[in-house]
Amino acid sequence: MSLFCADRLSYTVKGKPLVLEASFALEPGTLTMLVGPNGAGKTTLLRLALGLLKPDSGTATLEGSDVSKLAPVQRARKVAYLPQQRPLIWPQPVRDIVALGRFAFGAAPGKLSREDEAATARAIATCNLEGFEERAADTLSGGELSRVHLARALAAETALLVTDEPVAALDPRYQHEVLRIFSDLAREGKALLTVVHDLGLAARYADRLLWMKDGRIVAEGTPRETMTSDRLRTVFDIKARIDATDAEAISLNILGPA
Amino acid sequence: MTRVSGILSAGLVAALVFSLLLGSVPLPLDRILGAIAFQASEGDQLLVWQIRLPRSIAAAVVGAALGMSGAALQGLLRNPLAEPGILGVSATAALFATFVLYFRLVTAGPLVLPIAAVSGALLATLVVAAAALRNRSVVTLILIGVGLSSFSAALMALLMNLAPDPFSLSDMVNWMLGTVANRSFEDIAFSAPFLIAGIAIMLLTRRGLSALTLGEEMAEGLGLNLKMQRLGVIAGAGLATGAAVALAGSIGFVGIVAPHIVRPFVRYDPARLLIPSAILGALLLVLADVGVRLLPTDNELKLGVVASLIGAPIFVWIASRRRLA
Repeated sequence: MSLFCADRLSYTVKGKPLVLEASFALEPGTLTMLVGPNGAGKTTLLRLALGLLKPDSGTATLEGSDVSKLAPVQRARKVAYLPQQRPLIWPQPVRDIVALGRFAFGAAPGKLSREDEAATARAIATCNLEGFEERAADTLSGGELSRVHLARALAAETALLVTDEPVAALDPRYQHEVLRIFSDLAREGKALLTVVHDLGLAARYADRLLWMKDGRIVAEGTPRETMTSDRLRTVFDIKARIDATDAEAISLNILGPA
Repeated sequence: MTRVSGILSAGLVAALVFSLLLGSVPLPLDRILGAIAFQASEGDQLLVWQIRLPRSIAAAVVGAALGMSGAALQGLLRNPLAEPGILGVSATAALFATFVLYFRLVTAGPLVLPIAAVSGALLATLVVAAAALRNRSVVTLILIGVGLSSFSAALMALLMNLAPDPFSLSDMVNWMLGTVANRSFEDIAFSAPFLIAGIAIMLLTRRGLSALTLGEEMAEGLGLNLKMQRLGVIAGAGLATGAAVALAGSIGFVGIVAPHIVRPFVRYDPARLLIPSAILGALLLVLADVGVRLLPTDNELKLGVVASLIGAPIFVWIASRRRLA
């Protein structure tokens, strides 16, 4: 059985379907990327999968239980979520922000068990933030701050990690650095679902791609199987050339709007 | 107890003892302490237990309630400018209290006044929080508070305009300006249940306030029950603020100044902010009440007036130099 299973999830707001009959599965050890144009319903699908939104129809099951029936704390112990919006209001130190990842285990920044402290330290190490523990959030660069948020999500040490555009607004170096961390986590057996806008990064790092357009999942498979110039035209309305570089990898060259 | 709470508590105790030394009859420290321990003359005991101690305790209790309510509301609304006074919660509570005074409903029982003030506070907190959470804009939040305050002030002005005699008028003015003069332990006791319930509820919600520092969506992702969290803070702050207003009338700015001063010492964590903010709020109001009595004015200044004179410039200063948007 898959770690996570979405079965025909649908969600409509004011008569406009944002997500329609979306089904997919997530397996341990797999980095799955959700791609699609702006407004395709990617964030809504993530929120449905996490149980933060209640679907009009369909079910999402996580380790065999319906996410909409899980208590918030139970759910948060199984899946960590890093949303697109990460609004901090206070200049808190890095360690305290990361420690909030242990919230579902009864922790708070001022109240950490030994286990919470160890998990926080591991997340900080994974995201290369050692030495930053006492730095205030408002003294960090955008790249550093995004690693802090990622560390916060990792601190829960859940089997599934769901992230929404974790590399948007990062420079190329940090984009690759963060996605390297994602790849490593997948190799360690975690399941990851992430929304990514940069198709080059998707082709390079994803184990599987979910293609989304107008609320529907229109294709699913490895980058090599699913990333074709036809699909890029139908989903993104762009003209692109795809070349197979070796057995696994492909190279993508976006030429312009279709 | 954390170090910052310990230091503030020591300061609070010192301020309370000092406040007992002040009054129209000079009384040295040893006679004050003797009276507290029931080891002094009957006259001294009466003076301390009936007049000075209730006044000082009332100032401390009101300051604690406002300090903690401000800290909790700031955590919930993710806004360092949220405060019962700014948001119109105190004004609405004072309006409801004035209303029952004006129509002489208070004669029905000693709990009528605190219940009226608490109802006003809860209603205002609910309105502000509902609007703020729907809109999520800092500016809107403050504007709604200003609107609510103005509306309450307008209704209060209406009641004053229609006041039948100068005595009820001066009663209402007392209420608007805020004072702890002539409070008894009985007054404190009738506010206490609401105050204790409010503080207990706020303390129960404090871990959730930490999660909210990351934003509402992330807090939900962390496993926070957002609905319960909002209800808890609204109920807790409403109960505590209402109880404070029932005891002392409308006193502003304590709830914004106390958390702001404490915040850097608790690593900006809203959960660890609540208790020291309450202690500092208590300390500030006891000191303000001492100041009220030391100033050589013909008419004793009202506590709320002094609090606003100190607090309003600090509010402007905080608003003008926020670090993270």
